[in-house]
Amino acid sequence: MPGCRIFVSGDEAVAEAVRLARPHVISAYPITPQTVVVERISDFVEDGSLKSEYLHVESEHSAMSAALGAAAVGARTFTATSSQGLLYMAELLPYVSGARFPIVMMNANRTLATPWALLSDHRDSLSQIDSGWIQVYCEDAQEALDMIIQAYRIAEDPRVMAPIMVNLDGFLLTHTYEMVELPGQEEVDAFLPPYRTGNKMDLDDPKTVCYAAMDEYMEFHMKQELDMRKAPAVIAEVDRAFGDRFGRSYGGMVEPYRCEDAEVVLLTLGTVTGTARVVVDAMREEGHRVGLAKLRFMRPFPRQEILEIAGRVKAMGVIDKDISVGYEGIVFTNVNSSVCDLASPPPRINFIGGLGGRNISKGHVRGMFGQLLKLAGGEGMERIQFINVGCEHNG
Amino acid sequence: MATNARELTNTEFLYGHRACAGCGGSLALRLAMKVLGPRTFVAIPANCMSAVSFLYPQISFTTNAMISPFPATGAVLSGIEAGARALGFKDYSVVGFAGDGGTADIGIQALSGAIDRGDRVIYVCYDNEAYMNTGIQKSGLTPFGSRTTTSPAGRNIPGAAGRKKDMFEIVAAHGIEYAATASIGYLEDFLKKIGKAARCRTTSYIHVLSPCATGWGFPVEQTVEMGKEAVDCGLWVLAEYEDEEFVLNRKPKEFSCVGDYLKKQARFKHLKEKEVEFITANRDKKWEKILKNWKA
Ligand SMILES: Cc1ncc(C[n+]2csc(CCOP(=O)(O)OP(=O)(O)O)c2C)c(N)n1
Ligand code: SF4
Repeated sequence: MPGCRIFVSGDEAVAEAVRLARPHVISAYPITPQTVVVERISDFVEDGSLKSEYLHVESEHSAMSAALGAAAVGARTFTATSSQGLLYMAELLPYVSGARFPIVMMNANRTLATPWALLSDHRDSLSQIDSGWIQVYCEDAQEALDMIIQAYRIAEDPRVMAPIMVNLDGFLLTHTYEMVELPGQEEVDAFLPPYRTGNKMDLDDPKTVCYAAMDEYMEFHMKQELDMRKAPAVIAEVDRAFGDRFGRSYGGMVEPYRCEDAEVVLLTLGTVTGTARVVVDAMREEGHRVGLAKLRFMRPFPRQEILEIAGRVKAMGVIDKDISVGYEGIVFTNVNSSVCDLASPPPRINFIGGLGGRNISKGHVRGMFGQLLKLAGGEGMERIQFINVGCEHNG
Repeated sequence: MATNARELTNTEFLYGHRACAGCGGSLALRLAMKVLGPRTFVAIPANCMSAVSFLYPQISFTTNAMISPFPATGAVLSGIEAGARALGFKDYSVVGFAGDGGTADIGIQALSGAIDRGDRVIYVCYDNEAYMNTGIQKSGLTPFGSRTTTSPAGRNIPGAAGRKKDMFEIVAAHGIEYAATASIGYLEDFLKKIGKAARCRTTSYIHVLSPCATGWGFPVEQTVEMGKEAVDCGLWVLAEYEDEEFVLNRKPKEFSCVGDYLKKQARFKHLKEKEVEFITANRDKKWEKILKNWKA
């Protein structure tokens, strides 16, 4: 099938990408706002356009466990989840990454109960950044589609061999319709060769996987970390190769936007980037030297890229749609641990917003830039600020 | 597929493990593997059997094998089977060996899902009647009156209070293609059942009573005898569920003494006459139901 343009939601774009990536085994359990992905994939299996084994499992724990079993015999696998489901399968995340199985999972970012809420923030995925999974965050449906395809190539690269979680903001991206370029199957097949690995159980060469280790445990994980450090180069390489073939690339670990001569820069994750872009353009028109940097990956963490940007600016803001209660936003903590290596790091503000799907509007982003410009001008600012809240917060 | 002592292969597929002397579970696994043969994928969750046979680099399985997460045996087996199917493998078996806790408690959801999907996997529960790997704690299959480290027998509590979930009937209630109970006291019967399970086209389940010298508290040379006596005194029943019917495999002419069986084990030493009578009465009730409803 040749490429074409289609009008789809983020969830549907993911399903289309999964069809193009041809996983052998798909196992999934429904949860809003991921459900459309598993429904569409079921349709593809039913109509024969995707020849995968589709397992209707009884929980997210089993969804990832079945993917683990399939990956253990060398199958390419896919699953998708969100929120409570991601936490329900949490036991499996280090299990899979420790076994070095390149499972690709879509996560529809949704907040965590309680209180129960359906809308999007990043508390679910960010609670799992230490699980050994690569984490990428998408801005729009096209990037989501492209990243599912790229994810398989990155994850299965023998230099990396790590599972990947592709994150889409729930509803904001999963349920928003956009025109999307759908690549042709032959092109995708040429970009993404079949998965071959020696890291599997094999009838011709029997092996044990997921064993126990006492003395070697530390070395296994040191090796995992050393390989993960190679991932940024592989991510950049795959991004370029994708660009060469399909004409779209995303800048690897971080996509800076109008950062060249910026005085202040705002760091974003996911769809809020789109809002921030518009604000940056408007404020540039007005003569303010503002820019933004879209963090595409949270693991591996784009330390180098952040250092380069931080070294050039007078103030830096980090939007966190999450909070590590008792401290600060999780992205902020990670950014801080990178920039503290600079001789004189720029002052920083953590903007915590969007929890439980609370809107972050252009006006709010403009307000953030206003605060950052004041900070750059030497004014003292509160280090952690809650955005768009309905109650007083006692600083 | 040889399932009797005379024809069983001399090749070992599980050896060099670190199980205690007098371990019924490891005997069940070792012999089941001889029936299933070299083209077998094994998944074992966290339990005694994985703890004693998967310590890198001294791996005790010669076939393909993996440790599955404790709650996930059924799902991991499904995944292996789906992967093997999708990749076009031919002539292989997929088997899981989970303990009683890994089956009846934390793993019951994944097991239920696998049977519901009808994936072609063999699920073996080796039942040593407690969480042994973590130090003899009570599971949903610990029988009434049993002393464990979490059901201590003292003045107020006479050991475990549960009745031992009936996993065989729970599994059968799914409409599974084949399920059976077995005991390492009757090995040929067990092996025959493993052979039958291997020939199934969908999910099969074997529940094998596997006495544990360490956890039950009996001399290590009496393991097989203990497995026999559990059947002979009627507390454990050998049966099959096939073609949607329950079939009783062994009906002792006369039960041996329940009290004698219990008193040989440290875990039941504290039981008083009245508790032994209660256990015996429950046995009789169960048998009454079996004789009325099951094919003999
Ligand atoms: C999620 C999870 N909870 C608890 C444990 C701890 N754990 C490991 S083995 C085990 C007991 C296993 O008991 P059983 O399944 O009866 O097998 P046995 O050890 O008796 O052979 C437990 C509780 C674990 N590994 N994973
Ligand atoms: S504790 Fe029991 S089941 Fe575990 S290895 Fe020892 S004898 Fe076997």
